[in-house]
Amino acid sequence: MDPVFIASTFWRLLGALPLTLEVWALSIFFGGFIAMGVTWMRVSGSKPLELLARGYIFVFRGSPLLVQLFVIYYGLSSFPFIRHSFLWPFLRDAFSCAVLSLALCTGAYTSEIFRGALAAVPHGQIEAARACGMSRFALFRRVIIPIALRQALPAYSTEVISMTKATALVSLVTLWDMMSVALKIRNDTLVTYTPLLVAGAIYFVVNFIIARVFMTLEYHLSPHLRRRAG
Amino acid sequence: MIGFGQKGWGPALLEGAVMTLLVSLAGLLVGAALGSLVAWAKLSGHKIAAAVGDTYAAIFRGVPELLVVYFVYFGSSALLTGAANLVGVEGFVGVPSFAAGALAVGVISGAYQAEVYRGAYLAIARGELEAARSVGMSNMLMFRRVIAPQVMRFAVPGLGNLWQVALKDSSLIAVTGLSELMRVSQVAAGSTRQPFVFYLAGGVLYLVLTTLSNRVFDAAEVRATRGLRRIGT
Repeated sequence: MDPVFIASTFWRLLGALPLTLEVWALSIFFGGFIAMGVTWMRVSGSKPLELLARGYIFVFRGSPLLVQLFVIYYGLSSFPFIRHSFLWPFLRDAFSCAVLSLALCTGAYTSEIFRGALAAVPHGQIEAARACGMSRFALFRRVIIPIALRQALPAYSTEVISMTKATALVSLVTLWDMMSVALKIRNDTLVTYTPLLVAGAIYFVVNFIIARVFMTLEYHLSPHLRRRAG
Repeated sequence: MIGFGQKGWGPALLEGAVMTLLVSLAGLLVGAALGSLVAWAKLSGHKIAAAVGDTYAAIFRGVPELLVVYFVYFGSSALLTGAANLVGVEGFVGVPSFAAGALAVGVISGAYQAEVYRGAYLAIARGELEAARSVGMSNMLMFRRVIAPQVMRFAVPGLGNLWQVALKDSSLIAVTGLSELMRVSQVAAGSTRQPFVFYLAGGVLYLVLTTLSNRVFDAAEVRATRGLRRIGT
């Protein structure tokens, strides 16, 4: 455990943190949109749409992310027609494939969280809003979203944290994220523990900060549930 | 190609699926041992034990699974090599990748199982524990007759979820070269140059595993709660 080596490892790993965070942020962003669409499909009342959404959730929650990532990155590129299509510049790129598969995966989990949150909105509140003549949009914005958001937040924070951990898999599709830099340092220096420990510590701190942000958010969103002082 | 003929990869894939099941199961058991220890540490009221348990759970929930797999694999081999060199065996000694994989899946699963067991313990009606004490049961007997059966009952749904997680996490062990389902798919994809077919086949087999084992856990839940009156039934 040489402090100079730890420090140099730390700085090299920190250099790879932006890529890790980029993959993380983009896949959560796109995953959120996918989840909204899928949730809407599931509660739309249309049988075919609901079936499609269920199938999507089943496939992406039931199989490992690593398989999904490899099907998209290595699998799709093996088809000549894809290599000649307009999608090729996108699918050739490891970064966009990584974001695509992470977003598809988190979209499936997140849509279940959203659905659960919508189901937790008490029906009486919706009826009350209708009874005082709220438009559908006002009902959504003033009643459903505030209740569902609070309901979804704890589970969503878990999902967001598990996405930080999932970004480590992109090291297996040639991207230089923190995980692959840690392995590279390990290979070059033959030091067994230090690079992985330092990388683990950085991941841990990132997740700790994310968890804190969500806790603060939860605290501010639920002033009415706080126990009064005294 | 994917069939069972002479050049078919069918048998290899199925063997890989069995290996995936075995290593996940071993991981779940390792996790059960660690998880119940941590749950006990947290419930014991012993400050230091609780802090150790909390730290363990926080670390393995906050660090990527892939990193844990690498760390356990490289780390345990380094430890074993060191130990072997001490007793006079020269050179590198690798830990069997099955053991390393099961340990890696286990330490991750254990961090989550601890909460499942703790919650299950807290779900036991306090009156039952008092009743057991009042008829003079020893701690051991109370654990065996009253606590353990009910913890198992309440833990089944949570364990079912964690089993699915363990199955999916086990795919990461492919990086250590253990020929489980993911690794076999990779080898098949590489040697036939048909990555789409084989990764998809691997994915389908994972879906089969998760779906079938989900059934088993559902049945276990029905059986474990057969003596319980529940809301909605």
